[in-house]
Amino acid sequence: MKIGVLALQGAFIEHEIMLSKLGVTVCEIRRLSQFTDDIDGLVLPGGESTVQGKLLHEVGLFEPIKTAIEKGMPVFGTCAGMILLAKKICGDETVHLGVLNATVKRNAYGRQLSSFVTEGDFKGVGKVTMTFIRAPYFESVDDGAEVLSTIGGNIVAVRQNNILATSFHPECTDDLRVHEYFINMVKGCKRG
Amino acid sequence: MAREQINKNLAQMLKGGVIMDVTTPEQAKIAEAAGACAVMALERIPADIRAAGGVSRMSDPKMIKGIQQAVSIPVMAKCRIGHIAEAQILQAIDIDFIDESEVLSPADDVYHIDKKKFNAPFVCGARDLGEALRRIAEGASMIRTKGEPGTGDVVQAVKHMRLMMSQIRAVANMSEDELYEEAKNLRVPYELLSEVHENGKLPVVNFAAGGIATPADASLMMQLGAEGVFVGSGIFKSGNPEKRARAIVKAVTNYDNPDILAELSEDLGEAMVGINEQEIQLLMAERGK
Repeated sequence: MKIGVLALQGAFIEHEIMLSKLGVTVCEIRRLSQFTDDIDGLVLPGGESTVQGKLLHEVGLFEPIKTAIEKGMPVFGTCAGMILLAKKICGDETVHLGVLNATVKRNAYGRQLSSFVTEGDFKGVGKVTMTFIRAPYFESVDDGAEVLSTIGGNIVAVRQNNILATSFHPECTDDLRVHEYFINMVKGCKRG
Repeated sequence: MAREQINKNLAQMLKGGVIMDVTTPEQAKIAEAAGACAVMALERIPADIRAAGGVSRMSDPKMIKGIQQAVSIPVMAKCRIGHIAEAQILQAIDIDFIDESEVLSPADDVYHIDKKKFNAPFVCGARDLGEALRRIAEGASMIRTKGEPGTGDVVQAVKHMRLMMSQIRAVANMSEDELYEEAKNLRVPYELLSEVHENGKLPVVNFAAGGIATPADASLMMQLGAEGVFVGSGIFKSGNPEKRARAIVKAVTNYDNPDILAELSEDLGEAMVGINEQEIQLLMAERGK
């Protein structure tokens, strides 16, 4: 199995380390030539969504990635990656990939001084440590998007078929289970 | 402990990005639109601080707040080395990152701030592994090379990054019993040095700063091991700030691709004039060791 990690900006190496520990082949995607047909799934890492969204267009990866996700390629977005996936951003006209039927609120908890770590239930995984860094959350989800986790009434993890998105950063912990959940999604898609 | 980790995590999110000095909300918006991963709010950019001389202090909180309102990306601000009260003020206005910076006039010529007493993360400058680990021991969540701010001359940033990386490689190759002596030589805690030995890298994110003016400079620093770059005077002291800012952002992402770098370097207008290392009266990098 080969998983691509979008490596335009942000904490992509942290994802690569987690995926490697799970025994999958990992490749960094910085330009179009690296986004090859043999990639079974894609991770959109944390970072700044404004930067990544802009660079996606500039390096010509925007359309190919959007099309691949729409065709069913499994994708896992954390924090900024989740913002890139959402169909709507609160108070902002910008839409990035717009493939996930949900409305996301950026910097929903406030600035860095409001960043926090907590434990929460993740459906299908159990209790996991969740690291929120200037994090977004989902204000609402629509058709086909299943809520996997809420913290204090706010939606922080969602799955819609081949799309997985979390507000928090499992790649910033030692717990491999959320990445494992994604790998199982990819396996499921391969079989299907 | 959790706070310390969360602050290191924010620095991780900035990796592969460009942090730009801005003096007005308008500049902040230009920086954000160009793809800055954070902005550094300050009243005067280093080149102008040099030109003006005199004592350089923390910026007006009102000015910083204006920039916080103008952009959605993290906003950093500088306090003087050792100026606990300035740092407290910056934390009180909900700043995302405090730069305890040699660019401003030092407030304390012996002690740095005990950064572990703060909830806000700190970034500090360093010229070598010893300085970097001392700042981390005091609670810094991120390190940057000092370089020589406000000069547009990359030579000092290169010197500092090369030295730090070669020291890290040397420490990684030491036998464990040698680490005790090396910790004494570098005047750093053994535990931190031991972490460098095990992981072959600093325990926090390490950016380049101080004299970066072109996409090629940014690529050079990334190739030498920087995880991202700060650009201070280099953008808004140049002929076409918007275009140069965009080009430097793309150069950091594509630092290993000369074809893209060649394209990015075309037609950027005038770079900041700059001053050579030999011509400067004041070496800011000598402040705070």
